[in-house]
Amino acid sequence: MAKTLYDKVWEAHVVDQLGEDSLLYIDRHLIHEVTSPQAFAGLNEKGRKVRRPDRTFGTMDHSISTRSLAIDACGPQNALQLKTLATNCEEHGVKLFPVGHQKQGIVHVMGPELGLILPGMTVVCGDSHTATHGAFGALAFGIGTSQVEHVLATQTLKQSKAKSMLINVNGKLAVGITAKDIILAIIGKIGHAGATGHVIEYAGEAIRSLTMEERMTICNMSIEAGAKAGMVAPDDTTFEYVKGREYAPTGSDWDEAVAYWKSLHSEDGATFDTVVELDAADIAPQITWGTNPGQVIGVDAPVPAPEDFSDAVEKESARKALAYMGLSAGDKLDAVPVSHVFIGSCTNGRIEDMRAAAFIAKQGKVADTVTAIVVPGSGAVKRQAEEEGLDKIFTDAGFEWRLPGCSMCLGMNDDILQSGDRCASTSNRNFEGRQGRGARTHLVSPAMAAAAALKGRFADVREFQE
Amino acid sequence: MSQGFTVHTGRACPLDQANVDTDQIIPKQFLTGVTRTGYGKHLFHDWRYLDLHEQEPNPDFVVNKPEYAGASILLSRENFGCGSSREHAPWALADFGFDVVIATSFADIFYGNCINNQLLPIALSSSQMDALFGAVKANADLEIVVDLPAQTVVAGDLTFSFDILAHHKNNLIKGLDAIGQTLELTSTIEEFEAKQPAWL
Repeated sequence: MAKTLYDKVWEAHVVDQLGEDSLLYIDRHLIHEVTSPQAFAGLNEKGRKVRRPDRTFGTMDHSISTRSLAIDACGPQNALQLKTLATNCEEHGVKLFPVGHQKQGIVHVMGPELGLILPGMTVVCGDSHTATHGAFGALAFGIGTSQVEHVLATQTLKQSKAKSMLINVNGKLAVGITAKDIILAIIGKIGHAGATGHVIEYAGEAIRSLTMEERMTICNMSIEAGAKAGMVAPDDTTFEYVKGREYAPTGSDWDEAVAYWKSLHSEDGATFDTVVELDAADIAPQITWGTNPGQVIGVDAPVPAPEDFSDAVEKESARKALAYMGLSAGDKLDAVPVSHVFIGSCTNGRIEDMRAAAFIAKQGKVADTVTAIVVPGSGAVKRQAEEEGLDKIFTDAGFEWRLPGCSMCLGMNDDILQSGDRCASTSNRNFEGRQGRGARTHLVSPAMAAAAALKGRFADVREFQE
Repeated sequence: MSQGFTVHTGRACPLDQANVDTDQIIPKQFLTGVTRTGYGKHLFHDWRYLDLHEQEPNPDFVVNKPEYAGASILLSRENFGCGSSREHAPWALADFGFDVVIATSFADIFYGNCINNQLLPIALSSSQMDALFGAVKANADLEIVVDLPAQTVVAGDLTFSFDILAHHKNNLIKGLDAIGQTLELTSTIEEFEAKQPAWL
């Protein structure tokens, strides 16, 4: 039977079949300070060791300040968590990129940029946005802390195979439309739980033409559609990105690896449990209006009414979301003022995102009513942006230029919004209270966020493209 | 986990909404701990308290209503536990006193995290949930019996059976140490590793 990309990567990692479950080998394990302390504590209690410290890499990202390199900048509780990670990594021989290290960054930004993620790998991390790494044709998914402990101890996980979903984005994107708009449009189409129980493969002309960073943005938000993972078959774009990175294979190993990676694609005739088709040309700049990522519209569309939804659950969710967001049916979002702009995160904190935002930023000044921050996803992104003079463009326009970290995406640090604040955010979740209790989050692309900063309200980024 | 899950009898709290995400179950400011305990007091913080310091309970939030005090079964709707992979969510639910969550559907990572924490997630159909919500809202004292070996939920006149994977059920009932089980397969894991290419 013709196999899918997911079938191939799955089958290559089955260590043992345990009834309906497979014991799956994990090639790469990324860890950070928030979801690992209890896992290490569990190991220590039982006197267990990390089976493959050489396959495990740590970074500090969630609990750190992006204003200061001081480990206690966000208070003693955060500092304890960060120090606990450092101690655990040291005791168990795990390589760690701590705050201030030149390779430190958001786990899903620094991993790929170091070449730690290769096509065909299995990758896990105690973080739902691990799906990011599927951009390489890896099977990458987020896990809980008990599973982190299981992987640390055994380098394996018990898993049941998910269903498969093929999402084809056909044709070419219109000018000014980004990967963020594609993934938001997909989630809008299939819904916030539309891919629950599935591994998605993204395909079609529009996906194929994306850069690796853009593919990472797409796969990153697979979890926002409920998916276990999202994957893109590796191709020359992938190989070119990986080649020469610190942990990538070299010499004859490289040739052997590429030969294998070229086999990692869904075969003709492979069947999927679900197939979704989108026409790229139909996608407008996207903006969420509600409190889950599926509540999204094109910037030129009116905010929907609860009555527009036939499903009773969606109707009720829309009613609640409008109340929380302080919006009414029929509102045009480009008339809605914003108080904050956040550009960064594992979704949109890479160099191409910085460039896209800077392209808009250089066309004006941040409105007096707006606080705008730009947070590079890693030390490497920060250095590259500064080499290109992007930091100067941002600060000249009135944006703050920060240190790398997760920052305001989840506000586990000193970047947190107040009740009633309204934020144009390039992050991935617009849940109630995500960026601060009572704060209102609208998910957009980096260019849309920068445009909102300049206008003091949402704006159609296509006005800036000439 | 040492003690196993078999039959649970308790009253239910009806949290009648869809897409309850893990940021709501336990907000980020409470994720800075380094232990698995103590999260229950912060469960549903934004909804449960009117203030940031957890001094003023919100009387309108269902979990705070006196008639549902001491409930050990949480009812909810579609896509419960969506969003972040934080295992602090099931830790908070269990620490607060919930042993079972019955909902129309669950997000995948949250579901797995529950299984690993002896918190039983049960998915019932939309119409079955309607009936269960109706019964609990009509009578907050209704005793519900959740029988894992028999895979049934009995609430007064209502009896529903539910699906659960055999190995999830087995692990919950026996309270097995999953890592210990896998470590018994170490030689098989070593054989697998020996076959992997050197460049990995």
